Amino acid sequence: MSSRARLYSTGIFALGIVAVGLGVSNPYEQQLLTIIGIHTLLALGLNMLMGYAGQISLGHAAFFGLGAYGTGIFTTHFQWSPWASLPVVLVTSCLVGYAIGRPILRLSGYYLAMGTLGLGIIAHVIFREWDTFTGGASGLVGIPPLVVGRLVLGLGRTGFFAVWATVVLFFVLCGRLVDSRIGRALRALGDSPGAAAASGIHTAHLKAVIFSFSAVMAALAGYLYAHLLGFISPSSFDFLMSIRMVTMVVIGGMASIWGSLLGASVITLLPEWLHVFSDYEMMAYGLILMVVMIFLPQGLTRGVLDAFQRARTLRGAASS
Amino acid sequence: MSEFLQFLLTGITTGAIYGLIALGFNVLYNATDLINFAQGEFVMLGGLGFYTLGVVLGWPLGLSFAAAVAAVSLLGLLLERVALRPVKKPEPLPLIIITVGASIFLRGVAMRLWGKDPYSVPGLTASAEPVKVFGAAVMPQSLWIVGIVVAFMVGLHLFGKRTLTGKAMEACAIHRNAAWILGIPSDRMVLLAFAFSAGLGAVGGVIIAPITMCSYDMGTMLGLKGFCAAMLGGLGSHWGAAVGGVLLGVLESLAVGYFSSGIKDAVAFLVLLGILFVRPAGLLGASAVKRF
Repeated sequence: MSSRARLYSTGIFALGIVAVGLGVSNPYEQQLLTIIGIHTLLALGLNMLMGYAGQISLGHAAFFGLGAYGTGIFTTHFQWSPWASLPVVLVTSCLVGYAIGRPILRLSGYYLAMGTLGLGIIAHVIFREWDTFTGGASGLVGIPPLVVGRLVLGLGRTGFFAVWATVVLFFVLCGRLVDSRIGRALRALGDSPGAAAASGIHTAHLKAVIFSFSAVMAALAGYLYAHLLGFISPSSFDFLMSIRMVTMVVIGGMASIWGSLLGASVITLLPEWLHVFSDYEMMAYGLILMVVMIFLPQGLTRGVLDAFQRARTLRGAASS
Repeated sequence: MSEFLQFLLTGITTGAIYGLIALGFNVLYNATDLINFAQGEFVMLGGLGFYTLGVVLGWPLGLSFAAAVAAVSLLGLLLERVALRPVKKPEPLPLIIITVGASIFLRGVAMRLWGKDPYSVPGLTASAEPVKVFGAAVMPQSLWIVGIVVAFMVGLHLFGKRTLTGKAMEACAIHRNAAWILGIPSDRMVLLAFAFSAGLGAVGGVIIAPITMCSYDMGTMLGLKGFCAAMLGGLGSHWGAAVGGVLLGVLESLAVGYFSSGIKDAVAFLVLLGILFVRPAGLLGASAVKRF
């Protein structure tokens, strides 16, 4: 996408958000839209890692949890202001992401998948077992909300704008990133790590940087989630959450920034639209993952777009 | 001392099962270079299938054992045919996501069929009297477990070395195209490997069910621990799987005994991460595992 097209589409998107934010007054719908925004941040971060750099993570809920529990612990146990804990949480997740990413991304393929899965499980065990700080299985309550001046950000309209402003910010940021030198290097890495290294890209460093970047985005989503809900429990950061994130990326399409929005919306809305869905949630995720990957390994939106493009080129070739 | 021995024996029992699951991973890895993330779900289905046949329907235990394992083996075949054969470009990322999808799907199906409650399953022998060994109590089921695992190890070894089909499978493992040129139906060998691997998982599920209870969500953990055992012993090495499994089981049992039961699941993954970083070929693995 050219930078001008990206500018226009982001502008239209931001206007759309303002319109939706002012138009929707039903608290339930506002809440739902806010959660979609948080999920979009998660999907976008993971998509940078999976879609562009071609590295898988089956344990990204760990960083979502790191953000949520990090700020939860600072603000409840140490009475920090939420604003003070924000930079600490972001810097910590950045450093932790890099420190873990550097060694673990030496692995590839199945080993990386198993390694990250193990990471997710260990994080979940820590959230559940370290009960003096995390509150154990029953969770952490009484996390203070974010306050701007005299405005308290809750799950309603205020939270909606806070979350979606962050989403727009990261859409711009990620859009600029993938069009930059780093973005090209990432795509080269995703296509062929050997060729990327031969072209002078420091692949080990770059992989860890993008892993760290997606960790920061997940932690930021966790931070917003914790302060908007005021309550967190380990079950929100388990293996199924990591799978949910991967499913969002797969539905949205690999290496597709706007696809993250679609993936997050589908995965958030499905359980709301189909009330029986919770019984079939795992079956549905499993089927989606299998069917999409068998037939459209680039993910749903990319796959459909590619097929469309192919059909058009074919028709163009036939008519000329 | 007897306390230590007790932990050791408990560890060996669960470790034997990890070894069996690891063996399932190995059989498939050797034939196809694939790691099946749904392996743990086969273990779970083996256990729950055995419960339904043996306890609910009241079939004789031996028969329900065999039927559960056969049914899960068929499911393994189905997985290969339906989900993995149609993939056009078999690259790791799509294959991982497909088998992870299969695992979540099977888990969801099991949750619908059996519900969320854990079931207790009778042991293979009626007597529940523990046998005393140097002051440590050993359940008869533990003896069954170790016996069955050893029998399968030896059986698989003999199958690979003494039968024509087994040798053909080994040939496929060494070089699939070369085996195909020599007239070995390598497609059928891959199917056979899937059936074996799923079946081994199911056997693990049937024999572990009496000691841990079984429920729809037991599979993920067991599958991952099986993989951990396989990596520990060196992926692809049969005897390595046994050693890795027992080592992991004992470590886990000691950690639970001397620290806390909460860290039980973390032990396996710390070991896994350690081995992936330090020695990805595993303790007994001869060839270096490709990890770059």
